[in-house]
Amino acid sequence: MTQLTLPRAESPLHHADLPALAGQDQKGGLILREERFSALVILRGPDDDPGMRAGVEGALGAAPPTEPCSSVLGDDGTRLLRITPDEWLVFGPGTQRQDLMSRLRSALQGTPGRVVDVSSGYACLHLSGEALADVLKKSTSYDVHMRNFPPGKVVGTTFGKGQAYMLRTDADSVLVIVRRSFADYTWLWLQAAAEEYGLSIAG
Amino acid sequence: MLNIYCPHCGEHRSEEEFHYAGEAHIPRPENPAELSDEAWGDYLFFRRNPRGLHHEQWYHATGCRRFFNVARDTVTYEIHESYPMGARPSVSRDSEEAA
Ligand SMILES: [Zn+2]
Repeated sequence: MTQLTLPRAESPLHHADLPALAGQDQKGGLILREERFSALVILRGPDDDPGMRAGVEGALGAAPPTEPCSSVLGDDGTRLLRITPDEWLVFGPGTQRQDLMSRLRSALQGTPGRVVDVSSGYACLHLSGEALADVLKKSTSYDVHMRNFPPGKVVGTTFGKGQAYMLRTDADSVLVIVRRSFADYTWLWLQAAAEEYGLSIAG
Repeated sequence: MLNIYCPHCGEHRSEEEFHYAGEAHIPRPENPAELSDEAWGDYLFFRRNPRGLHHEQWYHATGCRRFFNVARDTVTYEIHESYPMGARPSVSRDSEEAA
């Protein structure tokens, strides 16, 4: 008899078994939470095309931002991050993965805007805690002071020896988005960088 | 460590975010097939390597993944300006000599 195996989704840090670590001590200076199965969509197109702008605004409730290093909040917890003059990363809760793509696809019909689902290509790590700035200062050459890196700002920069997009979600937390193939490296890096402050895992 | 201004990200970033991408403003010959081997070789392999002002390309590898141009002094490492691909530099050998 054929054994049926159901498809099973594994987040980039599945092997680290973060949910099991989440129950432990929460007093660490750095608090890490993997945003598992977030929706990530790359949007490309000319930033001054009225059709594309209107389409995206209709689908997400916000037009793609044109200011360098900026992001805007859309409906239902979505966020549009400007990566480069004609490229944005749309971030959304995992529950919206299918929905986000189909909404954008139909809204961009007949416009030069193009979308592609890259959800499984990246790991999203939500960092907070009182040692957040100290850990970031070890990890990147970018100036992460609130003066230079306020809430809503997003930058592509170095992280350890890899690359990351860093989004300041609010005064106390930063979302670090790395390539899936760098997820384990970044996880090891953060454990070493946070060792002196203590590292807690949030579920 | 150079501090390089990226015209697409609108701010200065540290050198480790970038890759050097060679001399700027080298036009590709219109008709490569009509070129002598020597002229083609010059186009492909020979660069100015000046002492002083140099116009060069940089790639913002970990940021916006865009190329742009930089006018830099190879002696003092001073960067005069960053400007997008396709634009002409405002700092040139002539403008430096006039100053
Ligand atoms: Zn840039």
